[in-house]
Amino acid sequence: METIERELPRVRFGDAQIEMAHGAGGKASRRLIEGLFVPLLANPILETLSDSAVTELNGSRLATTADAYVVKPLRFPGGSIGELAVNGTVNDLAVSGARPLGLMAAFIIEAGLAGETLRAEVEAMADAARRANVSIVGGDTKVVEHGCADGMYVATFGFGLVDPRARLSPNAVREGDRVLLSGPIGDHGITILLARGELDLEADLVSDTRSVAPFAQALLDAAGSDLRWMRDPTRGGVATALNELVHATEFGITLFEEAIPLRDEVRGACEILGLDPLHIANEGQLIAVVAPGAADAALAAMRAVPGGDGAVCIGEVRSKPARAVIATTSYGGSRIVDMLVGDPLPRIC
Amino acid sequence: MKYVDEFRDPRLIKNVAREIARHADPDRHYRIMEVCGGHTHAIYRHGLKDLLPENVELIHGPGCPVCVLPMGRVDDGLAIAEQPGVILTAFGDMMRVPGTRGTPLELKARGVDIRMVYSPLDALRIAQTTPEKHVVFFAIGFETTAPSTALTLARAKALGVRNFSVFSNHVTIVPAIRAILDSPDMRLDAFVGPGHVSTVTGCRPYEFVARDYGKPVVISGFEPLDILESILMILRQLRDGEARVENQYRRIVPWEGNLPALRAIAEAFELRPYFEWRGLGFISQSALKVSAAYAAWDSEVQFEVPGVRVTDPKAAQCGEVLKGVLKPPQCKLFGKECNPEHPIGALMVSSEGACAAYYRYVHLGEPVTV
Repeated sequence: METIERELPRVRFGDAQIEMAHGAGGKASRRLIEGLFVPLLANPILETLSDSAVTELNGSRLATTADAYVVKPLRFPGGSIGELAVNGTVNDLAVSGARPLGLMAAFIIEAGLAGETLRAEVEAMADAARRANVSIVGGDTKVVEHGCADGMYVATFGFGLVDPRARLSPNAVREGDRVLLSGPIGDHGITILLARGELDLEADLVSDTRSVAPFAQALLDAAGSDLRWMRDPTRGGVATALNELVHATEFGITLFEEAIPLRDEVRGACEILGLDPLHIANEGQLIAVVAPGAADAALAAMRAVPGGDGAVCIGEVRSKPARAVIATTSYGGSRIVDMLVGDPLPRIC
Repeated sequence: MKYVDEFRDPRLIKNVAREIARHADPDRHYRIMEVCGGHTHAIYRHGLKDLLPENVELIHGPGCPVCVLPMGRVDDGLAIAEQPGVILTAFGDMMRVPGTRGTPLELKARGVDIRMVYSPLDALRIAQTTPEKHVVFFAIGFETTAPSTALTLARAKALGVRNFSVFSNHVTIVPAIRAILDSPDMRLDAFVGPGHVSTVTGCRPYEFVARDYGKPVVISGFEPLDILESILMILRQLRDGEARVENQYRRIVPWEGNLPALRAIAEAFELRPYFEWRGLGFISQSALKVSAAYAAWDSEVQFEVPGVRVTDPKAAQCGEVLKGVLKPPQCKLFGKECNPEHPIGALMVSSEGACAAYYRYVHLGEPVTV
């Protein structure tokens, strides 16, 4: 086994305590991961910071991913924690170009949780796994004292084989590439916000939780190695996912504000609460960067996937401004689209 | 979406932008202050600066309630939160505003019971359902939010809810505008007047700006078309050598204001002799305290409030930015020590603050072509 001389890791994370923002997927999360986890656990696979860790194994590429689900409430319109756990894990594998093969699940359950509730969640996981054509092949169970775990938490591990055609990396991105999106954004985040019942707002809205593996597969089939990069924009939304991409390249991304698909309910809630839909979480959407020559075919392939009729091109990769995401409007305005800072909080005035 | 899409119509917006370019005298530099933080946010959110000629400059005013809240008041509010049996409630805007020992969110992470509410009535509801606790509402905002706090106080009194009180930090916009006009380094030509505040106050309170200081005021809505039309109306007044109060936001703002809301404010609040504004200093008769009739619901009567005074770091040039003397990136701390994640100056705190909006939305590079 070869040994690599490595510099001593330098921990740059100096925040005095952990805040909710460190888990919100935005800037603070990034500081925690890059400032603490990466330097202390340093290794080349981790340092790619992609959705899955990819390991070469007997000529195949094995993708593995881990995820944890701490959603409140456990059930919400359009889904539940169990369904989310399966779809989210499958999606992390899918956007890495991998065909999901199996999952494992660890349950942290609060004493006092109704047996029926747990059963409903395991059934939801079984259903979602069946739909995504994966097996849940193992797991673990722990019970903690009442009041410690919002009912239940689920941690997952997933593995799959990377499609041999996949050449996905921020390094593959070139000027002129198109940014494609599978459908309307913000449904999940706004649904959860409203389902908590803390805001006196109601909307006919359901979470978009679903497997995006069919989109990833269709894109690989249609674009092959012209498919540069994929991501499912969960916490931190489309804005954070694209900012992470441009920070790993020399390029910038220009979004066409009016092209970004948005349901009226999400748009209305965001207008009222002063939130930017680009910062809101999704659980069933996929963003892809595709070479310009393959973009039309890739878009047609996404639209042919059931539930993909809302797929659109929302922007393109440009050389300037470098390492920034901007949004332009049809009337000629433009703004920077930054990563999420902290948790999205409603504004009053 | 109704009332939104019409006001973002690209054709209409381009027409107004052309009219603005036609009305702007190339030999003149225009400095127009939008008073309200909501306008600042909208201007950056929609990239409206890109649609204005170089010589029409927008200065971002003091109308962001959390930005002008002095750090000492945050400390006072958090000191109340730390007393046993207290639940502190606040708007989302307040949650990231730093006191000297951290933000409400950080204190919450340390286990202090601080909850975000969307309306003061939600805070009252928490008091009704948690009778063993005392619920404090950390009230902030201009005349926009003061009526809802006033009505909540009235309801608490009517229902006899005694485990509820208001820590009032409500401020009024007119004294702040006057303070800016009286400032020796003031160099403004006109004002885009507050939209939401004026739904309550009406347009009359701004008449002194036109009459005594000779500056046009146009009350404006918040959509791109509203703001651009207001700027055009200002340029027309300046071209014709006029100074009047005009109401662009007629679909919402009545000239006389909202009398029941004003009555509710007058009933539940009284003017403080003076109040500190972050970046502007002490301004007399610029803030509201809970009135004597509601003393039993006034947190400042019900609790020992430390009355902390904290001066802003000297290097932060918030006052100069507020008065339009400096642009946000001209401050020594901008984007370095002071950024939206770790705001030092007031204007970096809320996305309505001039610095945070500038940091978040203004593109760094060259102009963008579509």
